[in-house]
Amino acid sequence: MRRLSLLLLLALAAALPLSLLAGRAWIAPWADPVPHATTILMELRLPRGLLAVVIGAGLGGAGAAMQGYLRNPLADPGLFGIAPGAAFGAVMALFLGLASVPFVLPAFALVGAGGAMALLALIAGRTGGIALFTLAGLMIASLAGTLTSLAISLSPNPFATSEIVTWLMGALTDRSWADLWIAAPLTLAGLAVLWRTGPSLDALTLGEQAAVSLGVEAKRLQWWIVLGIGLVIGAGVAVAGIIGFVGLMVPHLVRPFTDRRPSSLILPSALAGGLLVLVADTICRILPMASELRLGIALSLLGAPFFLALLLRLRRELA
Amino acid sequence: MLMASDLAVSRAHRKVVEDVSLALEPGVLTAICGPNGAGKSSLLAALAGLLPAAGGAVKLGGRGVSSIPARERARLIGFLPQQADVAWDISVATLVSLGRLPWRSVPGRPARASRDADRDAIAKAMTAMELDLLADRPVSQLSGGEKARAAMGRVLAGEPDWILADEPLANLDLSHQQALAVSLKEQANAGRGVVVVMHDLAAAMNHAGRVIVIDRGRIVADNIPERALSREVIENVWQVPCQWLGERGARALAMGQLPA
Repeated sequence: MRRLSLLLLLALAAALPLSLLAGRAWIAPWADPVPHATTILMELRLPRGLLAVVIGAGLGGAGAAMQGYLRNPLADPGLFGIAPGAAFGAVMALFLGLASVPFVLPAFALVGAGGAMALLALIAGRTGGIALFTLAGLMIASLAGTLTSLAISLSPNPFATSEIVTWLMGALTDRSWADLWIAAPLTLAGLAVLWRTGPSLDALTLGEQAAVSLGVEAKRLQWWIVLGIGLVIGAGVAVAGIIGFVGLMVPHLVRPFTDRRPSSLILPSALAGGLLVLVADTICRILPMASELRLGIALSLLGAPFFLALLLRLRRELA
Repeated sequence: MLMASDLAVSRAHRKVVEDVSLALEPGVLTAICGPNGAGKSSLLAALAGLLPAAGGAVKLGGRGVSSIPARERARLIGFLPQQADVAWDISVATLVSLGRLPWRSVPGRPARASRDADRDAIAKAMTAMELDLLADRPVSQLSGGEKARAAMGRVLAGEPDWILADEPLANLDLSHQQALAVSLKEQANAGRGVVVVMHDLAAAMNHAGRVIVIDRGRIVADNIPERALSREVIENVWQVPCQWLGERGARALAMGQLPA
């Protein structure tokens, strides 16, 4: 596992500087000189690249923890309704026309994520049972989705509608250092929390009852998972909108290279998630299209066939 | 000593165990027998501190089992659930090593000593369950018998004082059933408390030192196997005419009316 993490870290260290060179205007020794190259690199591409790594790392790590917690390879961090909750919060900021005030949109998104977490804890938090918890998450996701649709349908003007719809697609275009300062500490804190749950997730490999017999306190574990996923996903949605499928795909790609314990999957999944989102965002940036392909859409285009292939494989295995 | 006094256990608002009082001693293989739905698994889970008592109490060494901190309780009681259900395709060695989870960061134990102890315990458990040759094999490629041995290896790796196992012999062929029963008896002989839910009355008769028969949540017999599983008890509880055949230690249960 250590070697895998080291390899991924090296790949990330190589990909980040390369991604800074790429864009509509290549900034490289072989390309034509670009005016304001330093500003473009330092104020646009570097924060965007770092943000891609942070958000990807959060999604990858959260996906690994989530699959471990639900004992299900098809689980995604979006399942608990925290991402739709955060998205609804952000949409409210856009709906109320407050999004241009600095920090208001991310703050609304974090409040939305917090609201979803609180609701989740209120409905399911007493028992520590995983099935009820998942159902509560699905209910919250559907409620937040409905409220978001309601906000779109009631939005005061076409600009707000278009702004909301575009924002929901998820992207890293025009993000600044300020966004990174919001997302990075929360994501790292969330990942640290999820990392701590590793041994308990390992015990859950044997089922809920066996895990409790191995000393796992089900209720406490549930709190830590909600907190960790909430921090990571809330922070990610707050600055980049909804970016799907990374949390589902990455742990799958990484798992065969580990001993398959959830705890040994969290760190490499975080690193691989960072790498995937960084590469995907760079490709979005250099594709010759009239307007830039949204990152959220690009990853979903990649993710949906992946999910289908996974389902078909599971079906074969179960047959 | 693992004790239950006036123990009651509820599931979905229904009492599944009632008025159970017993004192289990280490060094004995105790079998819990009873018909389907008698409350065997619920009783075992309550003894392990995994199900709350709806009445009465379970005590381990004089302490209420539910008041022992979870990780410490896990070091004292190793529990094997009925379904050996493994979510990820881990290797046998990894599966067995999960038994050491309750031992991580025990206060006052230096990290190095703890790593050595983990390694030794895992190696011992692998050898005891004859898993050495299977160490790297993914659990999805194990036969039923191998899976049962690996699951028991996981419990042994935790070096618990008590082993509570829910039907570990189910789904095993005769030779594996025999081997696992013998190894459970060895664990008891080594001074551990071993409590096993058994469906197979002949296995209980031949291997257990003590048998507790429960029916509809209550103890109906608690004695040495010959008495607890006497023909009268079996006919009363299981409602099947039967007769024990063979010698002590190798008895077989013949069911139905035998010709006079």
